[in-house]
Amino acid sequence: MSKSVIVIGGGIAGMEASAYLSAMGFNVTLFEKDEKLGGHLLNWERLFPTKRLGSEVLTFLKKGMDDKIKVHTNSNITKINSENGKYFVTNDNNEIFEADALLITTGYDLFDARRKEEYGYGIYDNVITSAELETMFLSGKPIVNKQGKVPKRIGFVHCVGSRDRKVGNVYCSKVCCVTAVKQATEIREHLPECETYCFYMDLRMYGAKFEELYNEAQEKYGVTFIRGRLSEANETIDGSLLVKVEDTLVGRPLKMTVDLLVLMVGFEPSKGTKDIAKILNLSTNSNGFIEVADEHTLTNVTNLKGVFVAGTTTSPRTITNTINDARAAAAEIACYLNLYTIQSRNN
Amino acid sequence: MSYDPFVLPFSIGLVIVVILILWKYFRWIFSHEKAERVKILKLIFSFKLFSVIKEIFMEVLFHRRIFKINPVLGYMHSSFAFGWFLLILGGTIESKMHNHHAFNMFYEPIFFKFFSHNIDGFPFASGFKFLMDLILLYILSGLMLAMAKRLYKKMFGMKKTTKLRLIDKLALTSLWCIFPLRLLAESFTSAQYHNGGFLTDNFGNILAKFLPVDQLEYPAWWAYSIALGVFFVMLPYSRYMHIPTEMVLIILRKAGFKTEKKYTGFSRVEVQSCSRCGICLDACQVYATTQRNKMLPAYFLQSVRFNKKGKQGLTDCLMCGRCQEVCPVGIGINAIRRVKRNELFDEKGAEFEYLEESSIKSKKADVIYFAGCMTHLTPTIKRSMVALLKKAEINFWFMDEDSSICCGRPLQVLGKEKDANILADKNRELIANSGAELLVTSCPICYKIFKEEYNLNIKVQHHTEYLNELVNIGKLKPANLNFSAVYHDPCDLGRGSGIYNQPRELLGRISRLNKSENEKEMALCCGSSLANLPAGFDDKEFMASEAAEQLCVSNPDKLITACPLCKKAFAQACNERKTSNQVDVKDIAEVLAEAVA
Amino acid sequence: MADFGYKIQEDRQINYDSNDRTLFYFLKRVEPSISLCIGCGTCSATCTAGQFTQFDLHKIMLYVRRGEKVHIANEIKKCMLCGKCSLVCPKGINTRNIIFQTRKFIHSNK
Repeated sequence: MSKSVIVIGGGIAGMEASAYLSAMGFNVTLFEKDEKLGGHLLNWERLFPTKRLGSEVLTFLKKGMDDKIKVHTNSNITKINSENGKYFVTNDNNEIFEADALLITTGYDLFDARRKEEYGYGIYDNVITSAELETMFLSGKPIVNKQGKVPKRIGFVHCVGSRDRKVGNVYCSKVCCVTAVKQATEIREHLPECETYCFYMDLRMYGAKFEELYNEAQEKYGVTFIRGRLSEANETIDGSLLVKVEDTLVGRPLKMTVDLLVLMVGFEPSKGTKDIAKILNLSTNSNGFIEVADEHTLTNVTNLKGVFVAGTTTSPRTITNTINDARAAAAEIACYLNLYTIQSRNN
Repeated sequence: MSYDPFVLPFSIGLVIVVILILWKYFRWIFSHEKAERVKILKLIFSFKLFSVIKEIFMEVLFHRRIFKINPVLGYMHSSFAFGWFLLILGGTIESKMHNHHAFNMFYEPIFFKFFSHNIDGFPFASGFKFLMDLILLYILSGLMLAMAKRLYKKMFGMKKTTKLRLIDKLALTSLWCIFPLRLLAESFTSAQYHNGGFLTDNFGNILAKFLPVDQLEYPAWWAYSIALGVFFVMLPYSRYMHIPTEMVLIILRKAGFKTEKKYTGFSRVEVQSCSRCGICLDACQVYATTQRNKMLPAYFLQSVRFNKKGKQGLTDCLMCGRCQEVCPVGIGINAIRRVKRNELFDEKGAEFEYLEESSIKSKKADVIYFAGCMTHLTPTIKRSMVALLKKAEINFWFMDEDSSICCGRPLQVLGKEKDANILADKNRELIANSGAELLVTSCPICYKIFKEEYNLNIKVQHHTEYLNELVNIGKLKPANLNFSAVYHDPCDLGRGSGIYNQPRELLGRISRLNKSENEKEMALCCGSSLANLPAGFDDKEFMASEAAEQLCVSNPDKLITACPLCKKAFAQACNERKTSNQVDVKDIAEVLAEAVA
Repeated sequence: MADFGYKIQEDRQINYDSNDRTLFYFLKRVEPSISLCIGCGTCSATCTAGQFTQFDLHKIMLYVRRGEKVHIANEIKKCMLCGKCSLVCPKGINTRNIIFQTRKFIHSNK
């Protein structure tokens, strides 16, 4: 009988790893807390840096999911026991599943922007998050503010909930800079009359084609980049927002009214990730994500034998990296279950 | 008249200490203006004198406040003070009754047993014998505790006891020697003449079995006298100066003396009244967080007393006032610290000429609302206030809506009084020009300086007071939202201004208010106090989490406070991944705005 | 002096070789968090004094690091020490102490 793997979390990493593991002949059971597989990808219209549709990637991921994979949606994990190298996973229907290895792909949650009170999210009508803007794009409806007006000026605030000791997150979330650039250009496509401004501390355009997107944003789309971190936003009488920022390159304070303020919210370990870490007693790192056995060489291995991780469960990362990481995790698990001699390196 | 040369060390010591102390008090009191000194005479010839005597008895002798905080420590202190007092009193009566004279030499009661071998010839003589021994036993039991405290401070529920200076160590040693030596001397005498009570008589008999008591008696009395003499000479230079000075402090305080903007003779009395009992040590959050100890009141007052500049940990203090609250002597530590900060830092450091061109213009209104600098970073508070004022149909002017001039207190608490005054003048002018009758602020820090230092001729209220008033007169009608809440007292609003009831009354109407461990006078500081300079972000965050942890023991739905700094500190602490406190942090104005919406 | 239509722009350059950075080393010792500054400008944007006059904390901190003392002495006096900057700093820098200590340093090194 072939060995079995339980994958917890049906986002990008969970789907891709399940696909590979099943293709390699393992019995795969995938748990997802929501109704549908796909995770955050379901809420994203277009992807950086290519602006291809997110749904295309989802279709690709779904194609990999063969019929042998047992998928349990709307299913939360309540208990995990281990005995003689086997894991027994209980879900909220009190069903018990057995596996030889676990893969945790519970991923991230977006930062709750209300925690940055001075930016006014949840207080002022026209302060929204990057995810909400994406939902607007996805809905296909015209882009308007809360008062139903077409915005003439939109500001994007980078690093909301990232690189900020005051909210307890010192790390960079990696995807927000390029997402802001992508969204600013998309706004210009939808609303050619609307001015777009990005307020950034550092622009981290490290990935393939990111810099090209940035160039395009400046040259073709006329997005304005202002180096300065927002200190606070204030609502004016007509519902627009007065933002205060230091234009650090000019060296003077700058005031600006915008009709819509988009907060580029960062990544935090998801509730699911935190819960599983607690259930299994998995080590977490100083940023709250799951700790891996070695940052360079054992990026899918945890402190527990037979428990593996992939994707944004261990740190913020892009979709490209997540897919790669999922495949790497599948290979790691295969080595572990098939007792390949290369495994001995890990100890 | 009884005399023996061994009384000399005691007698000389006593004369020296009396002269030195009186000289010091004379100087301190006469450094004050005559108008102030008259207050002392007024007090002495008024009925208030009885309350002074009562307080001296309760605090200086019996140490009631220490008893309340820590009974074992209270017993220890009172055994020395009250016990010694009784011993002197009892000895005096005993010796006078024995001699049938109203007057005898001042040392006679102290060395009574040496001079009077047959002491049965007066009424209650045996009763006195018993009593005097009982008192000595009482003191000795306190002495045992004092020794134990130095060794096992945990036994007293204290995390830390004060460290001693050399002169204090000498004084302490001589003090500790006095009563065991008296026991020995009296026992040796009693073994020969049987003039002791149950303690000295029996103890003397036991000692006589293996010691040559007749030879040891005289040296023992000498040693006893020397210990007393040494202690007396040390007293004015050691921490034991607090014993007589506390009485003076009580008198002067009752007469209305206070440390305000200058370091006066009264301040010296306050500083020297510190016994360094160490109760303040455990109340200090900065110490608990950072293990730095220079700012601890016991050490701070010591360095002030001996004029050690720069060593006072002056800026490393939240000025939260918790130490002052627990201080059994009631020393105004914050005022002294502020005065000392002024002395050191009040050079003119600022240039505020640019304010002359400021575009802020006063508006005519009934009420001025001043949010405060920090409130601009907690926009929910100012929005709620504006909504509430509109709802109550108040004609108000939002003074710092667009740009604001700082109230000056952040400068003032760092001793920059002159700089602060420039800002205060500017704001005072704006306030006066608006013609308003009331100034309401959302920030307890601003509130304190507006109320206490601006000398405005209009009423000043913090929004907790004002909102509670608006609800009481029916201008705002909140619904009961029926959530459970705890209230955190901001330092400057609670301890600093005594506003405890209004927020609780208001919250009682809209929520189920839980009690928390350290409330009101003993509320912890959120750590964000502007009075502290060196505490970094980690320190502040730690203090906030500790305070939040304590506040949220009852698992409330909301943690409510009335200060933008406290709100920010707790919101950060309660959202930290590492703490379990996932509680909703709100300002009182926010919850009221929800309740009237 | 005769104007030849050009001059050597000595004062334009930050002379890192000759600049005196003792203030920076002093601040690093008494308030090590100064090293964390990335110049994001949040402090300057929120600054109470900055609404009335050109007072720019992040720039001052840069000048301090570079040893450009001339600008600092006058600028640092404009601060009201209200503490908003330390509240918003994403790096948790104790900005208020930096200003206080800078003033103290300048005062005692007059």
